[in-house]
Amino acid sequence: MVTKKEIKLSFVIALWFMVLTFPIMVIKVNTIKNIVIFRWENLLWTGIVCFFASLIWNYFLRMKEEKKKSDTKEDIPIVHRLLQNEKFKIPFLVAIGIFALVYPFVFSMYHTSILISALIYVMLGLGLNIVVGLAGLLDLGYVAFYAVGAYAYALLNLHFGISFWVVLPISALLGTIFGTLLGYPVLRLRGDYLAIVTLGFGEIIRIVLENWDELGNGPRGIGNIPAPSFFGHQFNQHNSVIYIYFIVIGLVLLTIFFVNRLENSRIGRAWIALRDDEIACQAMGIDKFKTKLTAFALGATWAALGGVVFAAKTSFINPMSFTIWESITILCVVVIGGMGSAIGVIAGALVLILLPEYLRAVAEYRMLVFGALQVIVMVFKPEGLIRSVRKIYKFEKIKE
Amino acid sequence: MEPILNVKNLTMNFGGLKALDTVDISVEKGQIAALIGPNGAGKTTFFNCITGIYEPSEGLVEITPPGKPTQKLNGLKTNYVTERGLARTFQNIRLFEGMTVLENVLIGRHCRLKSGIIKAMLRSSSQKNEERKAVNDSYEILEKIGLNQYVNEMAVNLPYGAQRRLEIARALATDPFLLLLDEPAAGMNPQETKELDDLIVWLRDNEDLSILLIEHDMKLVMSLSDNIHVVDYGKKIAEGTPEEVKSNPDVIKAYLGDESEDA
Ligand SMILES: Nc1ncnc2c1ncn2[C@@H]1O[C@H](COP(=O)(O)OP(=O)(O)OP(=O)(O)O)[C@@H](O)[C@H]1O
Ligand SMILES: [Mg+2]
Repeated sequence: MVTKKEIKLSFVIALWFMVLTFPIMVIKVNTIKNIVIFRWENLLWTGIVCFFASLIWNYFLRMKEEKKKSDTKEDIPIVHRLLQNEKFKIPFLVAIGIFALVYPFVFSMYHTSILISALIYVMLGLGLNIVVGLAGLLDLGYVAFYAVGAYAYALLNLHFGISFWVVLPISALLGTIFGTLLGYPVLRLRGDYLAIVTLGFGEIIRIVLENWDELGNGPRGIGNIPAPSFFGHQFNQHNSVIYIYFIVIGLVLLTIFFVNRLENSRIGRAWIALRDDEIACQAMGIDKFKTKLTAFALGATWAALGGVVFAAKTSFINPMSFTIWESITILCVVVIGGMGSAIGVIAGALVLILLPEYLRAVAEYRMLVFGALQVIVMVFKPEGLIRSVRKIYKFEKIKE
Repeated sequence: MEPILNVKNLTMNFGGLKALDTVDISVEKGQIAALIGPNGAGKTTFFNCITGIYEPSEGLVEITPPGKPTQKLNGLKTNYVTERGLARTFQNIRLFEGMTVLENVLIGRHCRLKSGIIKAMLRSSSQKNEERKAVNDSYEILEKIGLNQYVNEMAVNLPYGAQRRLEIARALATDPFLLLLDEPAAGMNPQETKELDDLIVWLRDNEDLSILLIEHDMKLVMSLSDNIHVVDYGKKIAEGTPEEVKSNPDVIKAYLGDESEDA
């Protein structure tokens, strides 16, 4: 199962890595005693680990090649097959539904709170999926709209005492407006240029928030943001987490519902067409700019909604919550989950956000893990964890 | 009667290169016209100029859609040109790879449909009806072109000849009065070429379409065309019926290297 060539290759790679990591893995300078310690055993370990890692890597690469050769027809992801099969679809959804319903009552507040974060990322991911996954616009400043939503709630509540439920639609509108305003000048750019400009805009919003003390207390942020009320009734802390949990579940369902409808509508198809081929798309009568702008603005709307929930959940926000890393995390969710695939993005968000929370050991190396995952996914499953599957239309075969 | 496409004095400069040099071409209603010329003559550039993908350096592009007044296309964005009834295919196939065959055709319907985002999210009854109709219309187009067995296949998985036909189907979905085909037979086998020949004639006779095609397959061009325009190095060197063009000395000279193909 392992060829001689692969062993040789792995051996060379291991050697190379031993040389490469020699300075950091082996040499240790003790500046107090002024001595240099050589940890030779580390060299051995590096070699062994690299050797086997390389073997496994090559093995999977070969498997992938063989699989590609054996069946030309791509297999449909298992989740889609489950959902397409009427017999499994209902029990499958019911099981998930029941699980989601009882979750906050069975598990502790800590776990519920973590799941809320993950679900917020599901919303953000689905929103960014419209922009990146469907319309193919690489937006690296998505977090700016997230900040708009969060600050909208914090500020409107602080100054005017407006409640969560009223702010929700207002911030959605604000998100749309900001998205349109920002999209208008930058969407004339393409690909890499768009990525860089959106990255810049994302940072600008954060820097403005950090330096404009009168607006939102600068880096000190805004605290005491109230949790959502239930017809005027304010829950205690524990119940409030459960309540927010259900609000997020509701919003996620709403998002899925709308995204699903959009994906197979005139406008959703135009987004995908634009992503696949701009020139052909225009030649089919689609207004490139308008279509891009709608995707961008709609994505921003969802980010703003997510921001409101985030502010309500943490009850404290400051500009540090809206750094570039946040944008990158959301982008990872979309890319690793599966560009353009709603189910993939949901899976991506749950995996990427829950994993570091529960594997405390890797939490510090979050970005490293994301990076590694990104590479692995790109090599072995370039379409993401769960790739998108287009709608099947049925036609009566009878001819008149 | 006015020609449905009237191009006068069209010039396109790429830096120092004159890809098109004062070209005049007009297409009559109900005609199958061909645009031929050696490689690099400027044929595709001509299509790009009239469909607004390139902005011509000089010249006039006018259309007279059946039953409508004459209008200028110069300076119009590509999507508006398509809306006005010019549809095209591409020499190097440009299908939407992430979509099924049906969806590719549905994209062609896009500019004839209205529902926007809000309607799609609420799935209003008008949106649903429109969507249903669009899907059925698209399916009918696929039936006409003979691609209905592939409806739900991904466009990229189609055989080559079928991909070329899908490009035509997609262009048809935009409800054009003039179809611009850029080397529709390129890469097809003789059987597929024959079917394409029949399809093009059928389209003209049954769909009330006029067709302007670029093609290197001389047999196809000679058998199909009512009128042939020949360009070489960006200049128009001849125009006429297949017989006239075949015997034109300038054309023979331009094609000297391709004589074997010509025969
Ligand atoms: N965007 C462009 N920029 C610069 N030069 C171009 C551009 N597009 C086309 N050209 C040049 O214009 C000339 C005509 O090209 P065009 O593609 O129109 O030829 P063609 O007649 O379609 O040839 P073929 O039969 O090979 O398709 C060529 O010399 C080409 O290199
Ligand atoms: Mg060409």
